[in-house]
Amino acid sequence: MTTTGIGAAVRRKEDQRFITGSGRYTDDLARPGQAHAYFLRSPHAHASIRSIDAAAALAMPGVLAVLTGEDLAKDNIGGLICGWMIHSKDGSPMKAGAHPALAQGKVRYVGDHVAVVIAETLSQARDAAEAISVDYEVLPAIAETAKARTSNVVVHDIASDNTAFEWHLGDKAATEAAFARAKHVTKLDIVNNRLAPNAIETRAAIGEYDMGTDTYTLYTTSQNPHVARLVLSAFIGIAPENKLRVIAPDVGGGFGSKISIYSEETVCTWASKKVGRPVKWTSDRTEAFLSDSHGRDHVSQAELALDENGKILAMRVHTTANLGAYMRLFGSVTPTYLYAPLLSGCYDIPAIYVEVDGVYTNTAPTDAYRGAGRPEAAFVVERLIEVAAREIGMDPARFRRRNYIKRFPHQTPIIMNYDIGDYSASLEKALEIADYKNFNKRRRESARRGKLRGIGFSSYIEACGIAPSAAVGSLGAGVGLWESAEVRVNPTGSIEVLTGSHSHGQGHETTFAQLVCERLGVGIDQVNIVHGDTDKVQFGMGTYGSRSGAVGMSAITKAIDKVIEKGKKVAAYAMEASEKDIEFKDGKFSVAGTDKSLGFADVALQAYVAHKFSGQDLEPGLKEGAFYDPTNFTFPAGVHICEVEIDPDTGVTKIDRFTAVDDFGVVINPMIVEGQVHGGIAQGVGQALLENAIYDESGQLVTASYMDYTMPRAEDLPSFHVGMTVTPCPSNPLGIKGCGEAGAIAAPPAVINAITDAIGHEDIAMPATPQAVWRAIRKAKMPMAAE
Amino acid sequence: MVNVTMTVNGKSVTAALDPRTLLSQFVREHMRLTGTHVGCDTSQCGACVVHMDGKAVKACTVLAVQADGRDILTIEGLADGSELHPMQAAFREHHGLQCGFCTPGMIMTAVDLVNRMGSDLDEETIRHELEGNICRCTGYHNIVRAVEAGAKAMTGGEVRQAAE
Repeated sequence: MTTTGIGAAVRRKEDQRFITGSGRYTDDLARPGQAHAYFLRSPHAHASIRSIDAAAALAMPGVLAVLTGEDLAKDNIGGLICGWMIHSKDGSPMKAGAHPALAQGKVRYVGDHVAVVIAETLSQARDAAEAISVDYEVLPAIAETAKARTSNVVVHDIASDNTAFEWHLGDKAATEAAFARAKHVTKLDIVNNRLAPNAIETRAAIGEYDMGTDTYTLYTTSQNPHVARLVLSAFIGIAPENKLRVIAPDVGGGFGSKISIYSEETVCTWASKKVGRPVKWTSDRTEAFLSDSHGRDHVSQAELALDENGKILAMRVHTTANLGAYMRLFGSVTPTYLYAPLLSGCYDIPAIYVEVDGVYTNTAPTDAYRGAGRPEAAFVVERLIEVAAREIGMDPARFRRRNYIKRFPHQTPIIMNYDIGDYSASLEKALEIADYKNFNKRRRESARRGKLRGIGFSSYIEACGIAPSAAVGSLGAGVGLWESAEVRVNPTGSIEVLTGSHSHGQGHETTFAQLVCERLGVGIDQVNIVHGDTDKVQFGMGTYGSRSGAVGMSAITKAIDKVIEKGKKVAAYAMEASEKDIEFKDGKFSVAGTDKSLGFADVALQAYVAHKFSGQDLEPGLKEGAFYDPTNFTFPAGVHICEVEIDPDTGVTKIDRFTAVDDFGVVINPMIVEGQVHGGIAQGVGQALLENAIYDESGQLVTASYMDYTMPRAEDLPSFHVGMTVTPCPSNPLGIKGCGEAGAIAAPPAVINAITDAIGHEDIAMPATPQAVWRAIRKAKMPMAAE
Repeated sequence: MVNVTMTVNGKSVTAALDPRTLLSQFVREHMRLTGTHVGCDTSQCGACVVHMDGKAVKACTVLAVQADGRDILTIEGLADGSELHPMQAAFREHHGLQCGFCTPGMIMTAVDLVNRMGSDLDEETIRHELEGNICRCTGYHNIVRAVEAGAKAMTGGEVRQAAE
């Protein structure tokens, strides 16, 4: 291992600009002559719009335009789209309600976009928005997931029972037969609480139209600028792709919330031509809570069937997934194909049957949020497993060991073919780091101090590296999920790598450069990573689903291989040797069996000066591109163990220790990977203990600021004990599985399993706030008292 | 409009401002010092922390007129030319940042913390003192390590190499 190659904890190249305040995020940009947009949003969860009178607003100082859904329609600007077609079990296509970027006749959630005011300053736009008179006919609203299907409220006329799809997966008959012969059945009602993603950089957009070239440029906070351009062009119809440039500069965290193509960037781009000025919008935090895609929000009934030896026979799950008021880009796939196929967990389960009803409500749309479906699956599986072990009186570690999949590849009954893993290895290592054997001693010691101590396991699996294009196409995806790369070698041997992945905290500028260093033997300072600009990078699918390593870096690897092949040809001419005798190692092209060699930079120069070969025999230059389409998902897995101590008098839960042992396959930079694990765990602990996006019965979002929505802070978390085991992934050239979402997937069930172990009572919902824990303790002690 | 004069990163500046202009708006939009970020509207997230007369303040909650005659230090003024401040170096060395958005505020808070409480800080103290700064990426684990190391480096020691 070199100090800058694969496996080295290289300090990040991108940090210099971030620690000195010279990062360039979208809101940091100021385009010459820019005007400011302010969106008038619906204060009602559900209403018809009888009329909008903007005359007074238009007369106010600095106001350039007030635009509504009618103006969009006049310009034939299409609606926002959902990118994945789901079919119901009866074969019918999902019922996708129209989603105009500005409301057309109706608003369906608090924060829905009614009109945009564009003015010289933001203050003027905001003041003018207050002068717009909207005549609403307020309608009854439905916010609650479990009641959506039986409500009299109809969110979209196309779905009279508020059901976009009734989807299912697995073998119902086999599952029912297995349940019929089960010795023991564990049943749980599970609520997976709604979360707001909360990247600390809020969304922002600047649309700019250049009359001279008839082209648009959109600067935006996107995880996938090329997909944004494709959607804005092909579906929304702003401009053809060759007339639209999308730039996602430094982006301050995404977590899935910056995948979707939203109203605001659509309107800013379109409006920039109408007002003849660049149009800038930056979300404030409350707007972010109201309008960013939310995550999770499932209500499930789950059952696990066991035989007399504690072997799992079958699993049965029914989930109602709250889609919110509209289906955003991944809104339909997140609670279906990104969720249900992971319900086999790490376990050999012969029969599984899952039903998912996707329901509309008058709430913010839900979409991918760190883990996207997989945290919801892991929570169902790992709660069922833990409770089943407790019910049959078996140690939860032993119960898992007994049911783990041990031979690979393993075909689950629900689509997935796990290529490799060693779940026992992760478990044993986690047990050791967590000092499991002394847990009971610690529990007694806590009890002596009047505290309740509990331990909880989570042996999660996830599917990353999304995904083989043909496979996802057959499941309803609107696009392929490959990745592209281009490796441009300059005449002096320095290198630019253009990638379709997008970094918004993941450190690609460092890890991708490490790959180049490893393969081409150049110094890390000679490598620059270019991403996030559709005029520079030809195309790319972007970063989400922990795909940038497994898919994005595999594309770079392919392009590097082509560079080496071309370099061998150049070197053969330059050294007057046969191409088949040229070897490339440690940054040098050498002639086998001789002492003749040329460095990488020398060969690059020879490729560009082209003095030693004829243009008819070999093209000058050294630049290669590649598209990489994965052959399978990757399957990171691991074991997280949480140990809590609870004060029964206050219900306050303290995480005393948190151990994570993950198998991510080959690790490029362990420092960065551990950082991803830490951050994921924090978000998972946040879900389990603190965070909750709450709508009241009328559809008002009660938690729309950091005063109301509890973000994890430094004091809420412990330091983490992180370990790794490695089974290299056989499905891509680098052996990478992906690490970005593991913590957020694994942590919630580990925390809740620890709390329920401590209080001796399974009935507690997330977030397990002090009040909820205190009530649960009271309920366990004296069931009547807490009612 | 009101006239405001203050020192920003060692330079005296005077501007005529709308009285409702926030200090965060002033440094970002008028001074074009965009390292000071705004992450919330309720003085909770701490992405906007700057120093006013040597003490950490949330620039989104200070009016520019309140900074009249004061000495303001933003993240851009923390390094000594091309030499990083020890706290900046520690954040890099200990991987105390990912997306980088909360980082300027986090570093300015950490420097203030050491100025107030000295360099001998235990983990509990650091975590408590960071209550006004939210990070969504790091889980705070490496931020705590960075502040520990940066604190020591600020009082003379070098930034220790992180354990590999």
